[in-house]
Amino acid sequence: MKKISVHDWLTEHSDYLYRFALARLRDPHLAEDVVQETFMAAIKSPTFAQQSAPRTWLTGILKHKIIDVMRKNIREVSATDLMHDEDGNMDEFFDEAGHWSDKPLAWDVPDDALQQKQFLAVLQTCMDKLPAKLAALFLMRDVHETDNEEICKELNITTTNAWVMLYRARMSIRKCLEINWLHA
Amino acid sequence: MLSCKQTSQLVSQSLDRQLTLRERFAVRAHLLICKYCRRFQQQLLTIRLGLTRMSRSIEQDTNIQMPSEAKARIGKALEAESK
Repeated sequence: MKKISVHDWLTEHSDYLYRFALARLRDPHLAEDVVQETFMAAIKSPTFAQQSAPRTWLTGILKHKIIDVMRKNIREVSATDLMHDEDGNMDEFFDEAGHWSDKPLAWDVPDDALQQKQFLAVLQTCMDKLPAKLAALFLMRDVHETDNEEICKELNITTTNAWVMLYRARMSIRKCLEINWLHA
Repeated sequence: MLSCKQTSQLVSQSLDRQLTLRERFAVRAHLLICKYCRRFQQQLLTIRLGLTRMSRSIEQDTNIQMPSEAKARIGKALEAESK
């Protein structure tokens, strides 16, 4: 009885759960893994048979699994590595007095679907170019909107360090977009 | 008066924390007179919006399906578990 219904769930909800995970982790293999873990946790749950809204229930489990994966990813990143990786200050962007030496350009924010698609493609490329460690932090903050204090706890860094690193990540992504998208 | 460097740092931080009242005024005053920092702020917001859109479009794209091998693997694992 139990077996049949979990297989029905697999057929019915696995694509949905997979997309949900993929949208947040951006890695097909990790997405498969968390969906598998979700189903495994579901079948072991004593309340499994009584779920009247399985999709909502499964999504709730999945969210926890996704956060676990992000934690693990980011824990592999030591905070000292992070600081060393991008140790350069922002001298390339500012002069001695703190004025822009590399002035931000005016972006035509893409409005039609095709332009939007191109913009997103370049944005993805720019994200991929970030040092892995910086990217992990950036994803956690700007994509998952994870709470700052939680990030810092995971990374064992101060909030000030996190702000500095996020600033660098954003600086580098916007510059990358100016070069590869605006001038393309 | 804030420099562009300081302003850009605070603009970035405004995405991560609530700025103090004093900081908010200082940033606003600088943005009024500096089009480059206004552009910078706009760029960060565009990037953030783009990332949100990217996630949403993956989530809603029903063409994206879990590979059938993965489904088969999970099915087997579930079967083993429920035995």
